[in-house]
Amino acid sequence: MWGWLLRRLGQIIPTLLILSILIFALQQLMPGDPAIIMAGEERGDPQVLAEIRAELMLDRPIWEQYLAWLWRLLHGDLGFSWRIRQPVGSLILEKLPVTLQLGLMAFAIAVAIGVPAGIVSAAYRDRPADWAANAIALAGISTPNFWMGIMFILLFSVQLGWLPPSGYVPLTEDWRQSLATTIMPAFVLGGSIAGVFMRHTRAAMIGALEQDYVRTARAKGLPERVVVTRHALRNALVPVVTLGTIELGRLLAGAVLTEQIFSIPGFGKLIVDAVFNRDYPVVQGVVVVTALIFVTLSLIGDILYMAINPRLRAA
Amino acid sequence: MSATTASAVPRAGSPGRRALQRFLKHRLAVLGLAVVLLFVLAAVLAPLIAPYDPIATSWSRIRRPPSELYWFGTDENGRDVFSRVIWGARASLMAGALSVTAALLLGVPFGLLAGLAGGWVDTIISRITDAMLSVPFLILAIALAAFLGPALENAMLAIAISASPIFVRLARGMAMEAKTTEWVEAARSLGNPPWRIALLHVLPNIVPPLLVQATLSIAEAIIAEASLSFLGLGQQPPNPSWGSMLNAAQRFLTQAPWMAIYPGLAIFLVVLAFNLLGDGLRDALDPRARGR
Repeated sequence: MWGWLLRRLGQIIPTLLILSILIFALQQLMPGDPAIIMAGEERGDPQVLAEIRAELMLDRPIWEQYLAWLWRLLHGDLGFSWRIRQPVGSLILEKLPVTLQLGLMAFAIAVAIGVPAGIVSAAYRDRPADWAANAIALAGISTPNFWMGIMFILLFSVQLGWLPPSGYVPLTEDWRQSLATTIMPAFVLGGSIAGVFMRHTRAAMIGALEQDYVRTARAKGLPERVVVTRHALRNALVPVVTLGTIELGRLLAGAVLTEQIFSIPGFGKLIVDAVFNRDYPVVQGVVVVTALIFVTLSLIGDILYMAINPRLRAA
Repeated sequence: MSATTASAVPRAGSPGRRALQRFLKHRLAVLGLAVVLLFVLAAVLAPLIAPYDPIATSWSRIRRPPSELYWFGTDENGRDVFSRVIWGARASLMAGALSVTAALLLGVPFGLLAGLAGGWVDTIISRITDAMLSVPFLILAIALAAFLGPALENAMLAIAISASPIFVRLARGMAMEAKTTEWVEAARSLGNPPWRIALLHVLPNIVPPLLVQATLSIAEAIIAEASLSFLGLGQQPPNPSWGSMLNAAQRFLTQAPWMAIYPGLAIFLVVLAFNLLGDGLRDALDPRARGR
C-alpha cells in the first residue's frame, strides 16, 4: 500500500506542475494590455502604466514571468486583486467557509436522497419503484441548477413566502437564520447530484446482489431485508465512497451559479464577481484553489477506497 | 442476464441492424430522439415558425402574461418570449453540437496517439489530461470564457476545450484495448503504418462509445452554454439565448414569472432528450453496459 501511495503522489506532482502552466497560460489569452486594464481610470498616465508593467514583470520573458508566478504560488501568494485591492489568498479564505457550509449541507442532502433511492431501486429492479427513481434521477441530472434555483425562489419565496429569496447569515451569528438562508440553495445544489449518487449506488448494488455470497445468504434463508442491507450494501458502498469525494469537489462548480442566484457571498460568487469586474488574478486564484481541493479530494477518495477494500491493499 | 440468453439464439441481420433494432425497442430513447429532432427543426425553421420578431422591442406590450396572442407572455422590452425561445434553440443547439464536435476533433487524435504510441508520449498527454480534469468542467469553462472575452464563439471554444479531456481519456483507453487485439496485430504484421492502423482499424471500432459519450457531452455542453450566457459570458444581448433570457428574468421574478419558466423548461427538455438518447445509444451500441 505504501508503494502505491508513493506512486500516486509521484503522479500528482507532474499533474500539478502542468496545471500551473495551463493556469498561467490563461492570462496570455487575455485580449488587450493587462497593464491598461489594471490601471483603470489612470490608464492615460504613462508612468502608472510603466510601474504596473514593472510590477507584473510584463517586460520580462514569458518563462521568467511564469517562474516568478510559480515561486510566489508555492509560497502561498496567489497575487493581488485588481479591483478589491486585497491579496487573493485572503479573499478566498474569507469566502471558503460560506461555500463549505453550503457544500456540506448539499452533500448531506444528496447522500440522504441518492443512496437510499439507489438501494430501493436496485432491490426492486425493473419494477415501478425502480422506474420512478430512475426517472426522477434523470430529471434531476437534466435540470440546470440555476433554473431549479429560480423556480425554488418563485415557489417558496414569491408564492408561499416561506423562505428568504436571497442573502446569507453566518452560522456563528444566528444558526436558525443561517439555516433558513442556506436550506434552499443547499437543496438546489444537492438535488443536482442526488441523481448521480442514486445511479452509482444502484449500479454498485446490482453488482453486489449478483455475487455468490448474496446467493449463499439467500440460500441460508436470511430475510431479503438482511441480505440487502447487511450483505450487499456493505460491499456496494465501496465505490460509492470514492465517487462521493469526487462529487464533493464537483459541488464547488455547482456552487458558482447557485451562489449567484441566491446572492450568497461564497467562493462561487467570488469568481462570478471577478469575471464581471475583469479581476483576472482572482479568477486565476479561484481556479488554482479549486484544482487543489479537487486533487486532494480524489486522493482522499483513492486512499479510502484502498482502506475499505482489503483485497486491493495487497496488490 | 437476458443478454447472454439472447445472443445464444442466432439472429439475422448485420450488427448495425441489430443495434438499430435494440435502439428502436428502447422507447424512451426514441422519444428523446424525437424531441431532439423537434428542437433542431425549430432552430432551423425559426424565421418561419416564430410568430414575432425576437429582437424588435415594443414599449406598448411590456411584460404581458401568457395569452392567445403571446403564448409564453412578453419580456421586459415587449418581446415575445415564445419567439425568443424558438430563436434561442439556435444558440443552444449550435453551442452543443459545435463545441462537442470540436472537443472530439481535439480529444480523439491525442487519445489515439497516447494509446497507440505509449511511452513518454502517453505520459505527457495523460498528465495534461489529468491536469485539465482536475478543474471542474464548469469552472474551467468559466475561467477560459472570462479570459477569452464575452461572446458566443468564445463560450463555445471554452466549452470545447473543457470537454475535450474526457474524449482523450476515452479514446486512449479504447486504443490501448484495441492494440492488443488480433486484428490490429494482423494489420501490423502486414506492414501497415501506425497512422493507417489508427484510422482504419482502431477508430471504427471505438466509434460507438465515442458516439454515446458525445451525445451525453452535448447535454452537458448545452447546460454549460446556458450557464455562461446566464453569467453574461455567452450570447450577447439582444440576441436570444435561453441562459441570457433567464438572467433578465431574475430581475422580474415577482412581476413576470413566465419570463423565467419557459426558457428554463426549454433547456430542461432538450437536455433531458439528449440524455435519454445517450442512454438508449449506450444500450444499443454497447451490449456489455446494458442494465447498468
